[in-house]
Amino acid sequence: MGGLPRMAEGRGMTSPLLQVAGLKKYFPVRKGLLSRTVGQVYAVDDIAFTLNKGETLGLVGESGCGKSTAGKTILRLIEPTAGTIRVNGERIDGLTRAAMRPWRRELQVVFQDPYSSLNPRMSAGDVVGEPLVNYGLAAGAALKEKVAGLFARVGLRPEQMQRYPHEFSGGQRQRIGIARALALNPSLIVCDEPVSALDVSVQAQVINLLMDLQGEFGLSYLFIAHDLAVVEHISHRIAVMYLGKIVELTDKRSLFANPQHPYTEALLSAVPVPDPKARRKRIILTGDVPSPINPPSGCRFHTRCPYAEARCKVEEPAMRELRPGHFVACHLRNVDAAALKPAG
Amino acid sequence: MTTLPAATIEVPQRGMVADALRRHPTMIAGFAILAAMVLMAILAPYLGTIDPQAVSPVRRLREPSELYWFGTDMLGRDVYSRTIYGARISLAVGLAVAVLSIAIGLFFGLITGYVRLADTILMRVMDGLMSIPPILLAIALMALTKASVENVIVAITIAEVPRVTRLVRSVVLGLREQPFVEAAVASGTRFHHILIKHILPNTVAPLLVQGTYICASAMITEAILSFIGAGTPPNIPSWGNIMAEGRSLFQVAYYVILFPGIFLSIAVLAVNLVGDGLRDALDPRLARRM
Repeated sequence: MGGLPRMAEGRGMTSPLLQVAGLKKYFPVRKGLLSRTVGQVYAVDDIAFTLNKGETLGLVGESGCGKSTAGKTILRLIEPTAGTIRVNGERIDGLTRAAMRPWRRELQVVFQDPYSSLNPRMSAGDVVGEPLVNYGLAAGAALKEKVAGLFARVGLRPEQMQRYPHEFSGGQRQRIGIARALALNPSLIVCDEPVSALDVSVQAQVINLLMDLQGEFGLSYLFIAHDLAVVEHISHRIAVMYLGKIVELTDKRSLFANPQHPYTEALLSAVPVPDPKARRKRIILTGDVPSPINPPSGCRFHTRCPYAEARCKVEEPAMRELRPGHFVACHLRNVDAAALKPAG
Repeated sequence: MTTLPAATIEVPQRGMVADALRRHPTMIAGFAILAAMVLMAILAPYLGTIDPQAVSPVRRLREPSELYWFGTDMLGRDVYSRTIYGARISLAVGLAVAVLSIAIGLFFGLITGYVRLADTILMRVMDGLMSIPPILLAIALMALTKASVENVIVAITIAEVPRVTRLVRSVVLGLREQPFVEAAVASGTRFHHILIKHILPNTVAPLLVQGTYICASAMITEAILSFIGAGTPPNIPSWGNIMAEGRSLFQVAYYVILFPGIFLSIAVLAVNLVGDGLRDALDPRLARRM
């Protein structure tokens, strides 16, 4: 992995690049003529994590669990309802648009859909050069040269700069998006499902490109995805989200070898294994994901949890550190981690 | 990555328009008719016309003949000359209303798309205006003012603006959420650049199409206003005016109404053909398949 230092633990590290604490994003549900607020969508509800320099944190969960909203809120594309976001120790939540501008150079984004993430009316070269123009970093021939360099770095030919997005394939478009994110030489790139719209073979190319770039520039990634195989490949640590909350956060090895939260267990058991003879226990969750407008009381997973007890319905589990660096929000997991038996 | 020969895909935008023209022969027909109409309006004095206002009671209500191609009206004025000159009014009103209402609608649409408070207030006003049929609104506005071509243009524009505002607003609201706009914000693009480089260019296609439909409907509205006497002043020949004056006699002298009517229909048809062609050519979903 590019000779990167192993940064498995989230605490006690020398250089946390991104620190998120108590982050909440509620969307009001408005109704009627006077737009009365009749409820809230608890898209992101009190999440906390840190991300170190040169590290990749995978953020996984089902569709609608709030992982993309979390990413956009950290980028301040959406205003957080509450919570703090620190970059290099300085708070960037609550900054005005003008005060936020210098910080945008540090935080970039790569989106999921390679079609809608590029302006159809701008040439690929203009798309990649725009960030440089925004900060007055290059102009004229120097700009062209820089953009050509970025094109070459992400595996595109510099003569393709004149072309328009619709002339590229999905994988190539995603490379253009990555080149745009690299242009300002950021510290952190939020990758919002960057490969889930691509073919499997192209996915591997793009993932390998991202990992090469990490080694070369010491980038940190917040890698949002629902594909566990992809996340396992690229991440150092993984956070599992369910209905707006992080339920488990640990390094990749512990998560896959020793998942603690019942939801993580179920999620992992759904990963296909490329061996038809392999026998394994599948945990099939019943029911749908509850609505984030009216989330279940207590532990949000109790409606679908095979181990749920009476206490899970009323008391919300706090995030606890079971072993150093392994955080779980579940009442049924004790520090001594006794084996669980399904209830009934 | 596939390597395509560079020659296969050249300058995209221009190539796409040319390609679309080839695949939409009706659009070419529409453009050709419109071009002919515009030329006719500009070159009116050289097309064998006489003074469209020249009254000559001696030769009134003549049937179409070699001398008077479209006949003469009840005051002996040459219907051919009046129809040719009338094209000036219809085309000018159509174009002016389209351009003005797009410009004003774009302005309001951008505001309502970005400022929530303005959105709540302005859109209620627009909803109110839209609840009145555009022709009745134009008649009411004309009733408040003096008959002149400028006032006709203003009245029809006011009636058309709410529709354009709504269109622009919905386009802007959709674009704001597009990942490419969010990516631009994330890479530090200033607000005015977002508007100019990301929002505006992507409103051009729907506005161009809407513009042609507004142009067509403005020409009809102008004719209606003139026909009921609430439009262009009667001393200026417009297709609506000519038909209005021929109305009382149309059982006797059908040709006074027939010819300006045909010209109006053809002009509106041509503009609509162009609009339909543009809509297909500029649809990004169709463009992607090319």
